[in-house]
Amino acid sequence: MTLRHREAATSFAETATRAVAALPASVLRAGRVLGLAAGLAAAGLSAASAQDETIKVGVLHSLSGTMAISETTLKDVMLMLIEEQNKKGGLLGKKLEAVVVDPASDWPRFAELARKLLTEDKVAATFGCWTSVSRKSVLPVFEELNGILFYPVQYEGEESSKNIFYTGAAPNQQAIPAVDYLAAEGVERWVLAGTDYVYPRTTNKILEAYLKAQGVADEDIMINYTPFGHSDWQNIVADIKKFGSAGKKTAVVSTINGDANVPFYKELANQGIKATDIPVVAFSVGEEELAGLDTQPLLGHLAAWNYFMSVDTPENEEFIKTWQAFIKNDKRVTNDPMEAHVIGFNMWVAAVEKAGTTEPDAVIDAMIGVAVPNLSGGLSAMMPNHHITKPVLIGEIQGDGQFDVVWETSGLVVGDEWSDFLPDSKDLISDWRAPMKCGNFNVATGKCGGATQ
Amino acid sequence: MFTFRKALTTLLVMLALVAAPAMAQTPTDTLRPLVDALGQGGFDGAEKAIAALAATGDPAVLPIFEALTAGDLNVRKADKRVVLVREEGGADVAVDPLTGAVLGPVGRRDTDRLRVNNRLRSAIAAAVAGLSLRASDPQVRITSAESMFKAADPAMVPALAAAAADEENAAVRARLEQALAASVLRSDASDDEKIAAIGVVAARGDRDALSLLNNIASGTPGPVQQAAADAAAGIESSLAVWGAAQNVWYGVSLGSVLLLAAIGLAITFGVMGVINMAHGEMVMIGAYTTFVVQEIIRTSFPGLFDWSLAIALPLAFCVSGLVGIAIERSVIRWLYGRPLETLLATWGISLILQQAVRTAFGPSNREVGNPSWMSGSFEIGQLSITYGRLWIVVFSLCVFAALMLLMRYTPFGLQMRAVTQNRRMASVMGIRTPWVDAMTFGLGSGIAGIAGVALSQIDNVSPNLGQSYIIDSFMVVVFGGVGNLWGTLVGALTLGVVNKFLEPYAGAVLGKILVLVFIILFIQKRPRGLFALKGRAVEA
Repeated sequence: MTLRHREAATSFAETATRAVAALPASVLRAGRVLGLAAGLAAAGLSAASAQDETIKVGVLHSLSGTMAISETTLKDVMLMLIEEQNKKGGLLGKKLEAVVVDPASDWPRFAELARKLLTEDKVAATFGCWTSVSRKSVLPVFEELNGILFYPVQYEGEESSKNIFYTGAAPNQQAIPAVDYLAAEGVERWVLAGTDYVYPRTTNKILEAYLKAQGVADEDIMINYTPFGHSDWQNIVADIKKFGSAGKKTAVVSTINGDANVPFYKELANQGIKATDIPVVAFSVGEEELAGLDTQPLLGHLAAWNYFMSVDTPENEEFIKTWQAFIKNDKRVTNDPMEAHVIGFNMWVAAVEKAGTTEPDAVIDAMIGVAVPNLSGGLSAMMPNHHITKPVLIGEIQGDGQFDVVWETSGLVVGDEWSDFLPDSKDLISDWRAPMKCGNFNVATGKCGGATQ
Repeated sequence: MFTFRKALTTLLVMLALVAAPAMAQTPTDTLRPLVDALGQGGFDGAEKAIAALAATGDPAVLPIFEALTAGDLNVRKADKRVVLVREEGGADVAVDPLTGAVLGPVGRRDTDRLRVNNRLRSAIAAAVAGLSLRASDPQVRITSAESMFKAADPAMVPALAAAAADEENAAVRARLEQALAASVLRSDASDDEKIAAIGVVAARGDRDALSLLNNIASGTPGPVQQAAADAAAGIESSLAVWGAAQNVWYGVSLGSVLLLAAIGLAITFGVMGVINMAHGEMVMIGAYTTFVVQEIIRTSFPGLFDWSLAIALPLAFCVSGLVGIAIERSVIRWLYGRPLETLLATWGISLILQQAVRTAFGPSNREVGNPSWMSGSFEIGQLSITYGRLWIVVFSLCVFAALMLLMRYTPFGLQMRAVTQNRRMASVMGIRTPWVDAMTFGLGSGIAGIAGVALSQIDNVSPNLGQSYIIDSFMVVVFGGVGNLWGTLVGALTLGVVNKFLEPYAGAVLGKILVLVFIILFIQKRPRGLFALKGRAVEA
């Protein structure tokens, strides 16, 4: 807000001075008046900006409704990051100020509040959203008003917007390495189980195409969808057991979301399915989700993420310490989307410092190529497709609710926004650098598709 | 993992006396390179090292396996030696895993923990099972035989054959013979031996046997492959029958959950005619009461944990009941006869209650533990029934019976029915109708509260708990017939079973939709549900 005002003031003053210089002597008096006015305006404005010397950062996470369970923590992380940054002296010599709004797990409300953040609060950047549907709902708003959104959650890909930076994993940074790991462990039959909405459906479509490309037969793949919050898993688990008794090593790839996971795992334990018989690898189960669960019966089930709380690096140790001190609870866990916000926030700070302004176009340009340390001991960089490089870690659930990393990629993996395994998207690439500046360039036809989704 | 740990512990206790002198005699020097090999070559190397350790047949390796499973073994970075890391006097020290001798202090970053994945866990289980085929506890021997059956390792054929020949306990011998047969199937024994083994495996008739037979059946064609395919087909057809029985059980189990959730609503909506959208939140309050009770028990009276649900039941009834009475007195009583306003007001109340709980307890799931008598399962034939589900079925029927008795044989039940049938006449007869209204609403809410105690065992305890049950509850009550408790019972069980039979064919999502369509069509035909109340009172 301040910045825009200040620029307006400068340009006004400049115009006024130029006007004075250009004026003939006869009207100099009028010119003086103008100059005086300009001076007054500038003085008034600088007084205003002295009171209002902050950069606003929007936090758009649900604090009530179904998604509050996951998103509240991310809001707290953002507040912590902003507080820490202010302790370091803020940004561009100004303090950061968080503007927290509550979209209440209501997708249209996300769009309304995004509009409010951009037009009324004039935030420099927004960190928010969890579900893909909420992101899709705010996307047109951020594009129309030219805002910046950092999206911290793993998602199904198939999107690249100029105004959104995707700091969570794309399918090739989570799902495909997980399947590779299990295949290396001898798995030949696959159950793709998910909640019935866009993320599991697209991910499973990609995985199905990928598995078939690897030579897995049709009858060795079982796909199952359940409604949100599904709580009665008895016969689905029995079906999985049945599918698993065909004499080949079987695994479940789970894109089951949120609340439905706890009853699912409880039923697995009840029916005596152990990870050594049929392992379940989940993409939406992290430390937070396990916090409400006795994990002893789940020992050995897997999750694929780009970060685990158990990762043993000095950066992570420091982060956990700061987080638990900030939240005043030494039992609180950390998880992958939290790390994504840490990376996203640090990238934004670096880009703003590089650009010397919070002006969206300058920052968006400066973002590409920015690299900051992630918490697992490497450097994550923002790529031209607005996705970042991340390591992929596979962890097994331990008795204490933590994950033990059993496998990781040797280097960092670049997020692939348009999956190579789907016929609709295999020819598309995204590159937001000049001169291409296109989110869905078709390499076969040589044309930019235009709309970002 | 539990049973494996238990088996291991029992075994260790048993071996303690034997092992101590054995360890003193065993040259630990021969084991040491094998132990150190655990830390080399990643999971593949560790798997080989486990096999090598198991092949020594030395009981001294059992504690090593246990430490490896527990994640206590570390590789010292300096000399690549595998050590146990233990806390002693506030600092970590390295301990020789074979002798128990303290090797000196280690810093946090001096060692790498040896990680165990599923593959290693299976390998350890098989190795330990191989070492404990002759344990003194029959239960340990059965567990070992089961692990050997799953591992089906041809190298174990002689050991299993010897153990089976010496075994005196018939139950254990049967398991050992099955394990032997499984191992024979994987070995290069003659076709006749293998076909005999197929007979032994097929006699188990369960999924593990089916899995093994299917595996053999997909091998190279021949008499053995043919026999395995026939045996697998036989098991599959018998499992199909059990599968139908299992679906009925799952349906009854789901039905009992629906019954519990709906029975309180059958009173507030069915009997009083109040469309109570906050009903689900009463269930949620009951579940949170259970959480609070368990928290208090955990911190103050850990011995009482198995009683936590029994303690939580009356408390949940009271808490939810009181909240219900408060809602009735403060809001609903002003809105009788105005269904639309009641619907909106109670919807608002439900949001307020959810957010209040979210503020008080936080948005994340709360852990409600299962008492020991509600964990695990037992088998009838090939039908596995989990104790938790069984108790919920029993419990819901008890609640139903208690409610029927209350309605029929108590003065309060009589007054309630009188007010429902003819409010003005009841009032004229001296019944305090406002009091009856409040108590009835409290009763319905209280029953929702005890449903919450039961549901906390199978579902998430989160502020959204109630929302997932409200639609189902209304469906059950409308389908069963408004104002009739028997209708609620039959409605809940019917919907449960229909749902479970549709799910395998239509999938969970379409199954739900089909049930909804079915109810809509049914209501078109019989607008008052399965068991319609008859008489003039209904028309009023």
